[in-house]
Order: sequence, then C-alpha cells, then structure tokens
Amino acid sequence: MNALQEKARELLATKTVRVVIGYGPGSGGQARALFVREAAQARELIFDETCLQNLAVYLMKPDVRQLGKAALVARPATLRTLLQLAAENQLEENSLLALVPGADGVLSLSTFSALEAQVASQDNELSVAEKSELEKFAAMGLDARREFWQEQFSRCLKCYACRAACPLCYCTRCTVECNQPQWIPVPAHDLGNLEWNVMRAMHLAGRCTNCGDCSRACPVGIPLYLLNQKLILDVSANFNSRSGMTAKADHSLSTFKPDDPEDFIK
Amino acid sequence: MPDFQPKIVAFVCNWCTYAGADLTGTSRMKYSPQVSIIRFPCTGRIDFMLLLKAFASGADGIIVSGCHPNDCHYSSGNFHARRRWIIFRGLLDFLGIDVSRVQFSWVSAAEGAKWAQLVNETSERIRELGPFTGYQRLRGLGVG
Repeated sequence: MNALQEKARELLATKTVRVVIGYGPGSGGQARALFVREAAQARELIFDETCLQNLAVYLMKPDVRQLGKAALVARPATLRTLLQLAAENQLEENSLLALVPGADGVLSLSTFSALEAQVASQDNELSVAEKSELEKFAAMGLDARREFWQEQFSRCLKCYACRAACPLCYCTRCTVECNQPQWIPVPAHDLGNLEWNVMRAMHLAGRCTNCGDCSRACPVGIPLYLLNQKLILDVSANFNSRSGMTAKADHSLSTFKPDDPEDFIK
Repeated sequence: MPDFQPKIVAFVCNWCTYAGADLTGTSRMKYSPQVSIIRFPCTGRIDFMLLLKAFASGADGIIVSGCHPNDCHYSSGNFHARRRWIIFRGLLDFLGIDVSRVQFSWVSAAEGAKWAQLVNETSERIRELGPFTGYQRLRGLGVG
C-alpha cells in the first residue's frame, strides 16, 4: 500500500470520513473517479500522471453530499477550485478533507487557511506554453480568429459535457434550460453554438480556476480552455485578481473599483 | 454601399441616457434616425446576452449607455456594468467579432447634445463598416 492508499484506509477505518473520492484505473489508459466507501477498497486508489480530472465537480452533486463527510484527492487546480467554491459559499469550512499526495507523504487539509497556504505554495500562473498560445491568437487578426472559432464551434453538439464537467457550473437551473425566453437556441446551429460558448465563458469569467476539464470532456475537442485562459489573463490584467486564491475573494465581476479602466467608453 | 442604412440598437438606462435622449428630442436637435432605443432600469441590468440577441436579430451596431460613474441611480450599477463590458469586449475580440460595432458611453440627463453626437458618430461608423453579414449569416434554423 502506498501512502495515499494507507491514508484513505485509515480515514475510512476510523470513520473520520465516509467516502474518499479519488482516482482508480479506467479504460483506454485513463484514470476514472473512484468513490471508496470501505476501508478494504482503498487499495484500488491510484495517483499518477493520468489522474487529471478535477474531482471537486462531485462535491456539488446532492447524491454525493448525501454520502457524508468526504476526503478528496486534490491536484493543484482542484485546490484552487475548492477555495473558489468556498468564496462562493458553496463549501463549509472543515466539511471535507483535501488529500494532496506529495513526495513526502499525503497532506490532509481541512481548514481554509491550510488550503490557502497550500495554494500559495504552488505554481498557479498560466504556463509559458499556455501564454504563448494565447499570444499567437492575438497576432492572428480578427478575420482569422473568427474563422478559427466558427470552425471550432461548428462541431459543437450542445451536449453540455463542458458544463457537466465543470465544478463551478453548479447552478441547479442553468440558463440553457430556461425557455421563456429561450436564451440559447436548442438546435446545434452556428448561432446557438456561439451564444452557448460565449455565455459559458462569461459565466466563468473571474471564477474559472483553469483545471481544463471542460476541454477534456468535450467529445469533439473544442479548445474551450483557450476562452477560459483568455478571460483569466483579462481579469488579472484589468482587475488584478485571480480566482481560487482565497476563501474570501471578491469575485471579479460582482465587485468593482471606482477607477476601473474605461478608455473604451465615450 | 451608399444606400446602406444601418440598424442600431441602443440599450440605455432609464435615469440618465434615456432622459438625455428625451432632452435631445425636446430640444429639437436632429440626429440619425437609424437608432432604436431600448430602455432599461440600469446599465447593470444589461446582460451581455442581450447584445448578442440584438446582433442575432439583425442589428448592425449597438450603443450601450448609462449614467456617468458616481451618478448611478442605484449607486453602483454602472460600475458593475463597466467590469462586465471590459471582459465581454475582450472575449468578443478574441472570438473574432468586431468590437467597434459596440459603442459604450456615459450620457447624463443633461447631455442631450452629447447623445445626438454619439448616435451620429456611431451611425456613421457603422455605415462605413457596412451590414454585419458575418454575424447575420450565423442565423440558423428558425432563429430570428
């Protein structure tokens, strides 16, 4: 048993938590979410480079909350998501344990200050590769960008897998389900696909923690992460704020400063 | 395209710009007739989706206007709206949609002349840009 399995077994055996949400082996060389509820099952947990999913998405599901107190295997983006959920009053302090596997054992974090300290100690910036990809877009020119995105969105099926995979898309009633008025057209045509993807990106502006699960969930491979990363950079440049850094954040788009930039306003 | 008459939709707040536009009329100032004004309680109420819906319904240009900073009837609606527009403009530009078709402005209830000038300038710019066919072509099955 490795340190993570041992920790999970101990937490379940002592009934400190009722469920450990972690990764188990899946098909096609990918890891899948594993809900461990018995101490004996803890040996099935894995943690390697295939474990990419942001497991915080399950915390928002009522049937997972019913299971009782949970421990959650957390990657760096998952920790940011937990803090963002806390800042949005979706997570109570000490209501879960975040398990962070590291070189010297498994960290077990439950207080917001411990989560904040862990997030502060990790690299949260967009990588050089991510930034240079965005710069490439800025240099492309308006028409080339439009063609690129129209081609991408033309493949969208409106399956809303991006929404289901996102831990911050937790509204019980989403705008796309509202039909009086019908904000987002139901058929997957170019206009509706554009409107859906703009709306998804805007509703995550200042909130997205760049876990990349929307892109991984997309069955047709639309690079949704580009939209999110663009907005992360814009929010940071204009409002000097970054989501998922503290449990008491002012959300970038539900607050303001009197001297916000307004050079585009006549 | 010399005969092109652009369709411009203006989303304005009730307290400042709508009253300002009213002043333009009562002062008998002439300005471009291409604009259709839609009155909102506050610029904070103007959802970015409304702008997309205006384009989808055939608008060639959009004006969004409200109270000057610190003059909001609800004290902070325009400040919140300003943040939303900053992000929304960046996103539209990233998606290859020409943000110069959307003009943001502050027009107070006393600025009837500024409103006339704003509409005239925007109308002229949109006329030069031509119809927004790139967006209107997106209109698909039964969406008007």
